[in-house]
Amino acid sequence: MNSIQTNEENKTSLFRFVVALADDSVILSHRLSEWCSNGPYLEEDIALANIALDYIGRARMFYQYAAEVEGENRSEDDLAYLRTEREFTNLIIHELPIGDFAFTMVRQFFLDVFYHLYLQELVKSKDQTVAAIAQKAIKETRYHLKRSEPWIRQLAEGTTESRDRILLAIDELKEVVGELFDMPSWEIELVEAGIAVDRQSLKPAWDKHVQAFLSASDIDFEDTRLQITGGREGIHSEHLGHLLSDMQYLQKTYPGMKW
Amino acid sequence: MISMDTKTIDEAVELAKFEQKIANEEKIEPSDWMPEAYRKNVIRQMSQHAHSEIIGMQPEGNWITRAPTLRRKAVLLSKVQDEGGHGLYLYSATETLGITRSEMIEALQSRKAKYASIFNYPTLTWADIGAIGWLVDGAAIVNQISLQRTSYGPYARAMVRICKEESFHQRQGYEIMYELAHGTPVQKQMAQDAMNRFWWPSLMMFGPHDADSAHSGQSILWKVKRESNDFLRQKFIDQSVVQIEVLGLELPDPEIVWNEERGHYDSGPIDWDEFKRVINGGGPCNYQRIKHHKKAHQEGEWVREAVRAYRLKQQTKNVA
Ligand SMILES: [Fe+2]
Ligand SMILES: [Fe+2]
Repeated sequence: MNSIQTNEENKTSLFRFVVALADDSVILSHRLSEWCSNGPYLEEDIALANIALDYIGRARMFYQYAAEVEGENRSEDDLAYLRTEREFTNLIIHELPIGDFAFTMVRQFFLDVFYHLYLQELVKSKDQTVAAIAQKAIKETRYHLKRSEPWIRQLAEGTTESRDRILLAIDELKEVVGELFDMPSWEIELVEAGIAVDRQSLKPAWDKHVQAFLSASDIDFEDTRLQITGGREGIHSEHLGHLLSDMQYLQKTYPGMKW
Repeated sequence: MISMDTKTIDEAVELAKFEQKIANEEKIEPSDWMPEAYRKNVIRQMSQHAHSEIIGMQPEGNWITRAPTLRRKAVLLSKVQDEGGHGLYLYSATETLGITRSEMIEALQSRKAKYASIFNYPTLTWADIGAIGWLVDGAAIVNQISLQRTSYGPYARAMVRICKEESFHQRQGYEIMYELAHGTPVQKQMAQDAMNRFWWPSLMMFGPHDADSAHSGQSILWKVKRESNDFLRQKFIDQSVVQIEVLGLELPDPEIVWNEERGHYDSGPIDWDEFKRVINGGGPCNYQRIKHHKKAHQEGEWVREAVRAYRLKQQTKNVA
């Protein structure tokens, strides 16, 4: 009896862990795809669509696995299209509107540095499916980081305007990066089981990387501010509801149909 | 006087060589001599093609964030990304004729250059994404396959490369239509409506009837165009009617009927007034498409300025 209960608990934790990673990916992908035909260069339209594609690929793999773990016959699309804003558990940084190109690139830079560290650990997960997804994702993230860093450099050292925009974006995003390193209780459990990654432990390396990179462009980065959190508990910014009403429009207007 | 004569003689020799190459089915390459009118003709056609790829991203992009499933979303995103790639590739290929990308974009934004008129129609429902992939990419393929034999080398090679991706585009569109046509009544209606709206503009994509086509004659002689508008349009109609039957939708044109004697489908008259109106700026989305393009371009100006400034700083640093 006891062991079955533990398994059920593990299963719930694993589901919450995996579905949250899927939510992070699908929401960021959605935002990146909004750049389609809106970028400053045609090359950027293409590149951002490409990154959006990488993230939607991740989202699908994580959702499929979450559905499998849950074992309730839900599909990847049920999870993405039929859950409410309170059920989505993505971290807030992924859902913020794209803003200007500086905002998008600073967010991307912060996330690329984070995922670069995170996925390096996640590939060691004892859960083989999670490890395999991480293995695929890390190759993509290496490439993403190779793109976002030069962009930050160029914009930070380009014109006064571009530098101001970068500084403004950093200032705004500072408030939401902290959540990347928060550990919800179920993830702590999974760290002990060797499945999840201790996000908190990545913080020093992330700080070091970001600070060193930015200081080369004479930008001081200290995220000492109070952090906005709540994504993992389903407490989001006002933006997520709008994003979901867009994303889920067809499934909600025409329930139960095949597309 | 003497120098002018020499020039004329030189030109006559070059022109004869050029014409011989065309006759021999050899490709004209960027470094080859070519008549100014040929250069202009190819620039017009290629840049128009490039602009079409780019403007086409707007009506399709309209549904990326609202695609109904994750798989459809990924497929559409990668399709639209391909179109951006085609545009990029075609702009570069056109630059080999001595025009810059920013000159081409300027011509687009000032409406001097045209793009496929079909993108001046709105995508109102998800089925429109199916209809575009199936009919618009379908029509584009028919045209582009014939352009693989176009006389300008870089254009011909671009077409070979692009055609490889186009069949995937058409398939994803047809798949969307098939799913809808075999879905609930409301979905079937959505598919029928989208096809009805996109059918005639798709036929117009092939341009005016051969007798009324301003640029066709010379283009065919120079082998820039390889088949006539009407020939390609007929090919498209013939292949599409069969596909409509598989979908189980009603024909969008009641006059479509098999003509045993011709071995082709006959069809009803095209509304050329609408064609002219839309091509001259009077379609439902002409204004919106160019406005959007300009807006994105203007909003990106500070980025491009920053890149130029950064490069300049780096160069100065390297020199010092
Ligand atoms: Fe294309
Ligand atoms: Fe296409």
